Amino acid sequence: MRKDIHCTVNGMEREFNVDVRSSLLEMLRGEEHAHSVKKGCEVGECGACTVLIDGRPFVSCIYLAIWAEGKDIMTSEGLVDKNGKLSDIQEAFISEGAVQCGFCTPGFIMSAIPIINADRKYSRDEIKKWIAGNFCRCTGYQKIVDAIEKTQEKRLREKGLLK
Amino acid sequence: MYDVNNIYEAFSIEEAVRLKVEHPDAKIIAGGSDVLIQIREGKLAGVDLISIQMIDELRGVSMLPDGSILIKPLTSFYEVTYNEIIERYLPTLGYAVDQVGGPQIRNIGTIGGNICNGVTSADSAATLKAYDAVLKITGPDGKRTMPYLDFSLGVGKVDLREGEILTGIIVPKESYERTYGHYIKYAMRKAMDIATMSCSANVRLSKDLKTVDRFRIAFGVAAPVPTRAVSAEAAVQGMPVGEALLDTVSKAVLQDLNPRSSWRAGKEFRLQLIKEMARRCTKEAITKAGGKI
Amino acid sequence: MAVTHDTHSGNRKIIGSSVDRVDARAKVTGSAAYAEDLMPEKYLTAMVLHSTVAHANVVKIDISKALEVKGVVDIVTCFDVPDLPFPTAGHPWSTEKKHQDIADRLLLNRHVRFYGDDIAAVVAENDIACKHALKLIEVEYEELPHVFDAQEAAQDGAPLIHPERTDTNVLVHSSYDVGDYDEAIKEPGLVKIERNYQTPIVQHCHIEGVNSFAYEEQGKMVCVSSTQIPHIVRRVCSQATGLPMGDIRIIKPYIGGGFGNKQDVLTEPLNIFLSKRLGGRCVKLFYTREEVFVSTRVRHAMNFRLTSWVRKDGTFAARKVLVYSNQGAYASHAHALAANAVNAYRMMYPYSAIHGDAYTVYTNLPTAGAMRAYGIPQIGFALESHIDDICDEMGFDRIEFRLKNMMKIGYRDPQTTITCHSTGLAECIRKGAEFSDFLRKQKTYGKGQTGPVRRGIGMGIFCYKTGVYPISLETSACRMVLNQDGSIQLQMGATEIGQGADTVFAQMAAEELGFSFNRVHILSTQDTDVTPFDTGAYASRQTYVSGMAVKKTARKMKSEILAYASTMIHKDPGDLDIEDDMVVHVGSREPLIAVSEVAMEACYSLTNSKHIAAEETHHCTDNTYSFGVCFAEVEVDIPMAQIQVLNIVNVHDSGTIINTKTASGQVHGGMSMGLGYALSERIIIDEKTGRVLNNNLLDYKLMTSMDTPELHDLFVETDDPTGPFGNKSLGEPPVIPVAPAIRNAVKNATGVAIDANPLYPERLFHAFKEAGLIGE
Repeated sequence: MRKDIHCTVNGMEREFNVDVRSSLLEMLRGEEHAHSVKKGCEVGECGACTVLIDGRPFVSCIYLAIWAEGKDIMTSEGLVDKNGKLSDIQEAFISEGAVQCGFCTPGFIMSAIPIINADRKYSRDEIKKWIAGNFCRCTGYQKIVDAIEKTQEKRLREKGLLK
Repeated sequence: MYDVNNIYEAFSIEEAVRLKVEHPDAKIIAGGSDVLIQIREGKLAGVDLISIQMIDELRGVSMLPDGSILIKPLTSFYEVTYNEIIERYLPTLGYAVDQVGGPQIRNIGTIGGNICNGVTSADSAATLKAYDAVLKITGPDGKRTMPYLDFSLGVGKVDLREGEILTGIIVPKESYERTYGHYIKYAMRKAMDIATMSCSANVRLSKDLKTVDRFRIAFGVAAPVPTRAVSAEAAVQGMPVGEALLDTVSKAVLQDLNPRSSWRAGKEFRLQLIKEMARRCTKEAITKAGGKI
Repeated sequence: MAVTHDTHSGNRKIIGSSVDRVDARAKVTGSAAYAEDLMPEKYLTAMVLHSTVAHANVVKIDISKALEVKGVVDIVTCFDVPDLPFPTAGHPWSTEKKHQDIADRLLLNRHVRFYGDDIAAVVAENDIACKHALKLIEVEYEELPHVFDAQEAAQDGAPLIHPERTDTNVLVHSSYDVGDYDEAIKEPGLVKIERNYQTPIVQHCHIEGVNSFAYEEQGKMVCVSSTQIPHIVRRVCSQATGLPMGDIRIIKPYIGGGFGNKQDVLTEPLNIFLSKRLGGRCVKLFYTREEVFVSTRVRHAMNFRLTSWVRKDGTFAARKVLVYSNQGAYASHAHALAANAVNAYRMMYPYSAIHGDAYTVYTNLPTAGAMRAYGIPQIGFALESHIDDICDEMGFDRIEFRLKNMMKIGYRDPQTTITCHSTGLAECIRKGAEFSDFLRKQKTYGKGQTGPVRRGIGMGIFCYKTGVYPISLETSACRMVLNQDGSIQLQMGATEIGQGADTVFAQMAAEELGFSFNRVHILSTQDTDVTPFDTGAYASRQTYVSGMAVKKTARKMKSEILAYASTMIHKDPGDLDIEDDMVVHVGSREPLIAVSEVAMEACYSLTNSKHIAAEETHHCTDNTYSFGVCFAEVEVDIPMAQIQVLNIVNVHDSGTIINTKTASGQVHGGMSMGLGYALSERIIIDEKTGRVLNNNLLDYKLMTSMDTPELHDLFVETDDPTGPFGNKSLGEPPVIPVAPAIRNAVKNATGVAIDANPLYPERLFHAFKEAGLIGE
């Protein structure tokens, strides 16, 4: 059985005709070609397929595509502006050395978005808590936390919330 | 692709009940963080699903006129934790469900799903038992309420009858008023884990903070279902706050509990955790209540 | 061309800096293509049927019901595959028969040797059809007695796991002697300390699984695979399928981690076989996470018995190691790991009589293969735990004892000839001790703590080779092609697997050529049809071995560019050099002509066009040791049987650091893996059936961000005379010293010696209970 799904992906209104048995992961990779959404375990344990749904992180492998109806979805592809300029969090992942094999990277970046959007500073322990649903086997998380910490500080300074 | 035979989508409670009556073998899917995994594992392969995910009337937390707190079952763990009413009146529950999995799972996982699974390790279960939660259930024959204490029937089995769905979890004012609680989840990791043992305790002290007026303690993974340790509660009723009380709790809980050995942890080890966690959880709850040990 | 070590390290511009990774931009946007991202629109899905018994002969397989499932295209069973036994280890091939890897498996196996063995495969239009068909295949087994323990399996009369090969489960028993152990122990006044140590089976847990897809193109079988070793995969696929090597093409795109698991040939041969049967239609064979845990490779569990004969002055008279290494069902890398472990045992504290014995034994468990640091995390745990046990028993200072007995500069290993050309280990220890306040803390913590929560501090050191010479061939090729704009294409056979190889190769090329970093374009994908030869990413060899290939090629490339430039500006090429993308006078450094101008002219000259390129092989006949230390401080909650790591630092001597940022990242990743090895990671096997019980990321306790303390990394840079830029191994070593440091810290805190890792709560509980720290 198939169904039409209407949602917003990375700011663009989309209509997909999906098999109702599909996961959101399959819809985003297969229909939207959003290859930043990585399949690492298919059971919501690794976090590599994390996307934002209405601003909050979800693992798209255990989210039915039909539930995306009316939702606002964002993937790492959507963080790049129309001129190809990377977002600050992506730049920070590069400059802080938070990227190694890269397979978990887009998922971590999506988990970081609510943190860097917040109006208060998160401690390193708090950052660790908010990215604990993403596994990384390469970095020991250290530089990932560095990148998120730097970006949230930058954002807070821009908002005048941090000196 | 999930190996599902058919997915029926409900957009209202009424529709969900009707679909459940029409398809008695269909499985209710709320957030999917358990059901989808079981489908993929093959345990539920080829299943019919009734998705209640889109029933917005089943979401949210509110305070009823009598001061009781109503948590609707599709409220996600995240929404429970960061709800103002929960933060103010039931912080122990908010904290407990904040221990589930990781952030993504706490966004999709629902508190109703957590207790309807009937799993002993459910992070909300011990706390809801310790706060005498009452469940609202709707079925083809109308609505009923029942104490959560009686809801668990066995491993993975709960008292939901033909065509029924859970529509609300109520924590009575009497349970949380002037009450201070604490939850400890013991697991192999600080995130992305299921409890090896969990304990939730809450206490109401006398005005002078010297004796226990009311005490509740419940455990997950200490028995086939989440279990309140009523003997321990009775044993410390009216006891003065102090080390002796902690000793009493630590010993008495064992009368109500029966942890089993599995490849995840042995019984002997779990018994040690029960004793130690009963003590620590009680002490922490008393400390929060202003008692001094 | 002889390439000597560049001693002008002070003039370096790009080596030693912290340039951003060349692939980071593609990875943060999702544009970096991994195997799954390269799938064509149309493909068939293959899945493998794995055995549900640990040891049996497959008597019969009935596929009739499975074939009726709608969408099923083909089913192959162990009765349909060619009788071509093949090896899978990612080792360079040996042209000498006796050194060749053991060929002990077929594409699908009739003799099932572990719970999870491959016995049939289904190809279908979609994954649901595949799963339905797998369920409907009926297998009849003739069950055989199984054995899971390596020592038991080594006994006479144990069930034979490979009776077609030999009449014993012992793959190899090797031993060595340095000096005369039996004589040495007769010295009067020696104290004998003997203890057993055990390490667990663990898994790599690269976040991208094991996967490949295969199809035919122009008469060749093409396989795109997430592998560390494309050239080796091609050779093995040929051995397994009978196809000529030239008819097989392996493409290695970006890969989501390997850690040694993908230093083995995994899904590729069967994948090619299945596609070939279907006329070359594209077939994907992606393992699920659950399959990756069981049916790819794991780290060898090893049981050690260490015996030390120690003089009162704190030196060794004699040492002995005995190890049983649990190989599991198939040979894979086989004895190479146990041999590596007992060699490292000798090398770390080499100055006494030493006897080593190592057994690698088949059992009915998942197959063990390569994993980060190749046997050394195992001996590292045993040996560094043992050193602390000696110090505790005899009252020696942990640091002094190590400094006195450890490998020193100039040491030449009597067995392998590997020589210590440089060492900063003593400085690493000093630096780490200072950082962690070790001297003060070990004394404070060591005595008289009584409460339920206690603190301790511990350490562990290691030495690690750089590459596999002289045990195996070390060879690497590099190619550079000059673009019209004066930039170069850099093509390596060596592979980027996340460790940052591409970035450091580009740095090396830029440095050696006198180019800006951004003028070097490295091609990350390896394609065996076009890529120069290299054996691949393992043994922390690439910056050392392949790095030298870059250096040699760059030198040749530079001389080619200068030769052409000399014809343009009429100068002697010997007077020319390149600096900042300009051809300059070698003495005055005066810029004479831009490389871009030279490149354009060379390409399009109407009279003298020349397409400037260079390719060199580095046949490596050297090796060197890197070193390091970990200091860890812990808090132990005894009644809760929990360990909290309060502070941890790794200090490394990996020679010259090529890229400070990526080097630091390698250390963090290794420390994290070491923390898991120390505290929580282990594959749990059902004792009755041999089934892996925790083959998923929920039940296998990989560290999360919340479990990981702040990771501190420090370096002591040495300038190794044999490294292309003074550099030595770094990729694997950081994992090694963490587990013993934590074990020793727990001992320092509680007095309880736990001789098996990981130190997970239930193990702690029983140990504390036995020690009387937890009452009834």
